[in-house]
Amino acid sequence: MKFAVKAWSNGKARAGILQLGSCPHNIETPALLLTTRKGLPVYIPPDHLPSLPSPDSNLLHFSPLHFLEGISLKAISNIGGLHPLLGLHDHIMVAVPRDSIISIPDHDSTNRIGASFETPCGRMLIKPADYMEMISSMRPNLWATLADEVPAWASEKRNKASVERTLKWLDECITSNSTDGAVLGSVVGGSRVEQRRSCAQEVARRNVEGFWIGGFGLGESMEERNPLLNAVMDSLPEEKPRLISGLGLPEEVLQGVAAGVDLFDSTYIYHLTLGGFALTFPLESIEKQVTKHQPNSNSGCDGTKINLKCFTCQNHTKAYINHLLNVHEMLAHILLEMHNTHHFLGFFRSIRAIHEGKFEQFRQKFIGSRHEQLFSAALSV
Amino acid sequence: MALRFEILGRFNRARAAQLILPHYECQTPLFMPVGTQGTIKGLTTHQLEDIGCQIILGNTYHLALRPTSELIDELGGLHKFMNWPRALLTDSGGFQMVSLLHLADITEKGVTFQSPVDGKPMLLTPEESIQIQNRIGADIIMALDDVVKTTITGPRIEEAMYRTLRWIDRCIAAHKRPHEQNLFGIVQGGLDPVLRDICVRGLVERNLPGYAIGGLAGGEDKDSFWRVVAQCTAALPEHKPRYVMGVGYPLDIVVCSALGADMYDCVYPTRTARFGTALVPEGVLKLKHKAMEDDMRPIDPTCDCMVCKTYTRAYIHCLVTKDAMGSQLLSYHNLYYMMKLSRDLHSSIVEGWFPEFVCQFLQKMFPQGDVPEWVCNAMEVAGIDISSCCAPFSSIPNKVEDTQNQEVKQ
Repeated sequence: MKFAVKAWSNGKARAGILQLGSCPHNIETPALLLTTRKGLPVYIPPDHLPSLPSPDSNLLHFSPLHFLEGISLKAISNIGGLHPLLGLHDHIMVAVPRDSIISIPDHDSTNRIGASFETPCGRMLIKPADYMEMISSMRPNLWATLADEVPAWASEKRNKASVERTLKWLDECITSNSTDGAVLGSVVGGSRVEQRRSCAQEVARRNVEGFWIGGFGLGESMEERNPLLNAVMDSLPEEKPRLISGLGLPEEVLQGVAAGVDLFDSTYIYHLTLGGFALTFPLESIEKQVTKHQPNSNSGCDGTKINLKCFTCQNHTKAYINHLLNVHEMLAHILLEMHNTHHFLGFFRSIRAIHEGKFEQFRQKFIGSRHEQLFSAALSV
Repeated sequence: MALRFEILGRFNRARAAQLILPHYECQTPLFMPVGTQGTIKGLTTHQLEDIGCQIILGNTYHLALRPTSELIDELGGLHKFMNWPRALLTDSGGFQMVSLLHLADITEKGVTFQSPVDGKPMLLTPEESIQIQNRIGADIIMALDDVVKTTITGPRIEEAMYRTLRWIDRCIAAHKRPHEQNLFGIVQGGLDPVLRDICVRGLVERNLPGYAIGGLAGGEDKDSFWRVVAQCTAALPEHKPRYVMGVGYPLDIVVCSALGADMYDCVYPTRTARFGTALVPEGVLKLKHKAMEDDMRPIDPTCDCMVCKTYTRAYIHCLVTKDAMGSQLLSYHNLYYMMKLSRDLHSSIVEGWFPEFVCQFLQKMFPQGDVPEWVCNAMEVAGIDISSCCAPFSSIPNKVEDTQNQEVKQ
C-alpha cells in the first residue's frame, strides 16, 4: 500500500492518493468504503457493480465476523482469500470487525481474553489469535487490528482498560501477522481526551501502515467529538492514512474530513435504503465539472467512469420504486442502494473537488443548504 | 390478432416456432418467469434481459390492487412502468381470487370476493378483467375462466367448463385493444377427456390468437396431467401458440414440449431459489445442505451464468436464506437454467436432434435409468424413443416421484 497527502485545506482537512496492488486505479481520498454483507453489497448484485462510479466504488468494507458460520476459514483460505471467493479481483477489501449493523461491539462482555461482539450467530468472544486466523484466511488489502471499543458513557476505569487491551491486542496481531495486507493500528479511548491522545501516541509508535479510529458513533454528541478527534489526529503522523468507523451522516463525514480523516465506513446508505429513502441533496459543483470536461461521454480518458445519472435514475421512476416499496419487493432495495451509493460517492467526489483550500467554505455551505432542505421538507409533510 | 406464429421446425408433435408479439420476437418453446407485482423478485430488468427472458408474467389481481391498473395506464402501461422492453403476459386475476381468498364465490356474473383492502364484497366480471388487462397493456392477456381444483370431481367440473365457454364471449366482446393485445382462451374441463374436448372445440370456433391449457399443475397425478396436455395439443390448431399454465418443473416442460406445447409459466424456479434450492441438470441442489459448506465447485459446472462463473457452492451456502443476495443469485441462476432449457428445446427441434436432446436430458436427471413411467408413456405418444436412457428391465421400483408436485402457484 502506498499513500500520499497531496493537498491540505484549512489546516487539517486533506486530500490524498491511495495506491494498492490489486486495484488498477489510484483511489483519491477522502473516500467512502461501501458497506457489505459477507463481502458483497447488501443488495446491489455483482453484475451491477460496474454501473457504479469507478474507481470510487472499489473500496469495500467487510467484517470478518460475517463468516463465523456457513463457510470454513479453511475453505476461504484454500480458494485464496476473499477476492477470489467474491470474484472481486479489482476491489480493495478492508477488514474491520465492527460493521455497526449486525456485528456490534459488546463492551460488557469483552474481557482481557478477547473482544465480544453481537452477531447473527449470537454473542461471540473473538481472541486476537482467532481474529488473525480470519485475516490470514481472508487476505484483505487493509485490516484493522482487534480493538476493545467502549461507548461514550463508559467509566474512566473501563475506558482505560479498553486502551490497554487494544494496545496489547495490537502487538499480538502484528506479531502473529502472516499476510501482506496493510495493517491499520486501532485507536480507541472513548470520550476521554487524555485516553484518546495517549492511545494514538502509543499506536503511532508501532509498525503500522495506517490507523483505524474506533469508538466513535457510540453515543457521543457531535460537539463532544471535535476535541476527541483533534486529540487523536494531532498525535498521528501525517503520512499515513486514517480510517474511521461510526461517522455516517454527511455532516459527520464533513466533521471527520475537517479533522483530517481520509477513509470512512458508513451505514448511512444502508439505513436510508432500508427505510425507503433516496438521497437527493444537490451535488452542483461536481455535475458542472463533469459536464464541462466530458460532454458526450460517460468515461474519462483515464479509464475512470462518472455517470451523471445512476442506473436507477436512468431506468426507473419514483412511482415504480414507490410501488415496489408498498408491496415489499426486494427490487426496491436493490434500486435504492444503487442510487444512494452513486449519490453518496458523488458527495465524496464533491468533497475532493473543492479541496483547493476551500473545504471549510464548502462545508458551511453544504450544512446550511441541507438545514434549509430538511426544514422545508419538514414543513411540507 | 396482434401476433404471428411461424413454425420453424418440428419433430413429430413437438414444434419450435417464432412467436412475434408487439414487444418482442420470441423463440418457442419458452418459459415465462412470474413477476407477480411488476418485478421478478430480486432481479433487475437488465439482468432479465441478460438471462434471456423473452416474456414475463404479471398478475392482474395483484397489480389491480397495487398500484392499480388506472395508475399503470396513466404512466403508459406496464412495460413502461417497470421498464421492460420485451413481451408481457397478464393472467385474468381469477386464479388468485380462488387460491388466495377463501371467501370467493363464483356465480354467472363473475367472481365475488372480499376485498383485501377494506373487506367489502367485490365482483370481478369477465368484462372487468379484460378492461383491467387492457389498461395494463400486456402483449398477451388471458380470458377470465372458472377455475376449479383438478382434484375435485363431479358436476362442478362440467359447470366450470361451460361457464368458461360462456365467459369467453363476454371477454372477446369486452376486449378493446385486439390489435395491440392478444386474448388467449383457456381450455378447462378437469381431467375428463369429454369435457376437455367440448371446451377445445368451443374455443377453437372463436378463432382466438392463442390457447392455454388451464386447470393443471394443481396436484393431479402425472399420468392424468400429460394425457390432458396430449389431448388438448392434438386438438388445438397447429398454427397457433399453446400455453400450459402453471407448469415449471424442467421435466414437465420437456414432456409437454414433446407433446406439442409452446409456452409455460411458474413461480417454481424463483420461489425455490428463495428457499435455497438450485436447478441443475441432475435435478435440484439444496444449497442449505451442510455438505455445501466446503464445496468449492460452482452450482452447476456446465452452466455459463454469471453466478456459476463466479461463485462457489460454499459461498452461496453461507448466503442462502440469511441474506437477500442469496435469493438474488440463486434466482438469477435458476432463471438462466430455465432459459437455457427453452433455448435447447428450440434449437434441438429446429436442428433435428430433439430426441437426442430429450435422451441427454433424461440421462442426466435419471442416471440409473429410472425414468418415471408417466414420462415413458408420454414419450411413446410423442413418438420419441427414449429406450436408450431407460433401464433395460422394468424391475426398478418406481421412484417416489412428484414429491415436489405440491401447489407451487400463487
